[in-house]
Amino acid sequence: MASLGSIRRDFAPWNDPNAKPYIRFENVTKRFGDFTAVNDLSLSIFEREFFALLGASGCGKSTLLRMLAGFEEPTSGRILLDGQDLRGIPPYRRPVNMMFQSYALFPHMSVEKNIAFGLKQEGMPKADIEKRVAEMLKLVKLEPFAKRKPHQLSGGQRQRVALARSVAKRPKVLLLDEPLGALDKKLREETQFELMDLQQNLGLTFLVVTHDQEEAMTMADRIAILDKGEVMQVATPTEVYEAPTSRFVANFVGNVNMFEGKVAASDANTARITGASGAQIVIDNAGAAAAGADVAFAIRPEKIKVSSKRPAEAVNALEGEVYDIAYLGDMTVYHVKLDDGQVVRASMLNAARIMDDPLTWNDRAWISFRPDAGIVLAR
Amino acid sequence: MANDVMSPVDAAPTTAEKAAPVRLGAAFVNRLVIIVPYVWLLFFFLVPFAIVFKISLSQTAIAIPPYTPALDFSDGFSGFVEALKELSFDNYVWLTQDPLYFYAYVSSVSIAAISTVLTLLVGYPIAYGMARAPASLRPTLLMLVILPFWTSFLIRVYAWIGILKPEGLLNQFLLSVGIISEPLIILNTYTAIFIGIVYSYLPFMILPLYASLEKMDYSLIEAAKDLGCPPTAAFWKITFPLSLPGVIAGCLLVFIPAVGEFVIPDLLGGSQTLMIGKTLWNEFFANRDWPVSSAVAVILLLILIVPIVFFQQAQARAQEQGR
Repeated sequence: MASLGSIRRDFAPWNDPNAKPYIRFENVTKRFGDFTAVNDLSLSIFEREFFALLGASGCGKSTLLRMLAGFEEPTSGRILLDGQDLRGIPPYRRPVNMMFQSYALFPHMSVEKNIAFGLKQEGMPKADIEKRVAEMLKLVKLEPFAKRKPHQLSGGQRQRVALARSVAKRPKVLLLDEPLGALDKKLREETQFELMDLQQNLGLTFLVVTHDQEEAMTMADRIAILDKGEVMQVATPTEVYEAPTSRFVANFVGNVNMFEGKVAASDANTARITGASGAQIVIDNAGAAAAGADVAFAIRPEKIKVSSKRPAEAVNALEGEVYDIAYLGDMTVYHVKLDDGQVVRASMLNAARIMDDPLTWNDRAWISFRPDAGIVLAR
Repeated sequence: MANDVMSPVDAAPTTAEKAAPVRLGAAFVNRLVIIVPYVWLLFFFLVPFAIVFKISLSQTAIAIPPYTPALDFSDGFSGFVEALKELSFDNYVWLTQDPLYFYAYVSSVSIAAISTVLTLLVGYPIAYGMARAPASLRPTLLMLVILPFWTSFLIRVYAWIGILKPEGLLNQFLLSVGIISEPLIILNTYTAIFIGIVYSYLPFMILPLYASLEKMDYSLIEAAKDLGCPPTAAFWKITFPLSLPGVIAGCLLVFIPAVGEFVIPDLLGGSQTLMIGKTLWNEFFANRDWPVSSAVAVILLLILIVPIVFFQQAQARAQEQGR
């Protein structure tokens, strides 16, 4: 029996050219009056995938979810679920269930009645409903609260009732609209892992909408980053973070430093980029950046080393002054103002217990990074 | 002396003295807030009711006021006690002997009940439509519901005579369109009373219904649909139960005054129709029998207490639920 971890590790149907997408958005456009919420968007989601739609508010991610649930119809394009075109099918006949951001628990029904609601609609026999409700209550650890009304529960408990209610019918796809948005930080982190386990155990396809990148990175197999109704990138969390394909994605997910420059020389492996001030950096994997092209070199703060002397072996090193220091306990974030005026953010893990940081405000400092630490983006 | 003030032995009572009046004062203000409405109710409800109840136990007489005994303290306490001894429940016994009163009560309660159901049937779709209307339109719609209150109630009821009478607007319209060949007799029937009550009390039904429907989270309906519930079923399983406090409030706000309604049956119902409000008016003004009409009023109040208590319990339950 394969462990959950190994299932998760080996799960990558998007790399399999023969795999059939389970949910397919084909050139979907949705307009509300003059406003285009979703613009000619195409997206494939695979069975048993934990898929996250990540974006700022107004990027169209919730509209996408509501179109799949059936609350909105696309203005053009089509949505396929397991090969079936969903157009014209009302929400109450779609084999998907949604967990609402507000939870939308029925205030006049007890916890168990809420969970049983969808099963009763299905016409499931009473004994089976009771069994399933008990199973669901156990799953979300709410057995003692079966008879309570929603207003007698805490926020975290309500969230779990909403979850139990939406998975009780064993939908083909579970849609989660900001599922953890109303919880405090600690509870949110715990619940993230619970959701992942639940998804694995039930073998369902999860489509979650969130504006919280940490949440998306933790839970999702793949993330689609949306902006203004369009998909900017669809990739695994690692790819999104380490290999963003655009400035938008690089900026949106995590922190990033951008060096603007021109490719001075390039060959198959390495390229030399000259910044505006004349500083040169050498990088690997420059891709197709031809000599003379305007590019941006994007590098994450944790991949930059800060030191008081120029490291002897460093290929890329730039000099500046410590401009700001933020000590966060587990790591320290330095803002180094380079001599050309650019402020670079670098974070260093505090692996050793050092009480006195040798670097302090206004010290001269060197930042250095390996040639393969960043990525080249077209301007 | 200055040192004494600073010593802890002396300081303790000083603080206690200072704190005590403040706490007492706050408690007094708190209690006063509760006392004011009770005093109001005592003087303007309970005392008048006691007077009416006392009159209902008296006997009619050709005098001013037209009943005996008139309570009078000029004869001292013994005279007062003598007067009390004259009081009797004869008028209540009388109410049970003449079937007119029984029929009038039953007719009033059933007319009020039917009117309430009709008002609910008319009012619910209106309130629902208002609650689902675009938020920018809702204040206007609300205004339109309240607008009739700006005209005298009496004039509006008179206007209905002009509409409903055989040669009235409604009949003229129906005749000219050719739906009917001879005028409908609506005025001076129970139908006219129903129309009058439904029309007059509609805002009292719509407003509480609107209040409970408007604050309802629409995502609840979406959740119900998402879980496989078609729209009609979602209405009966979610919307209607959640609007129940509004339904109960609206029904009682219509039912309670409709039972004792006098103007509408008098103006629209004619002499053929029977309602307790009209009977009471006749007893009081035509027969000048204050004691019997007071007894009629007391019984009417007892009949209405049942729905009022029910209403209060429903309110308390709604408040406890926090919705």
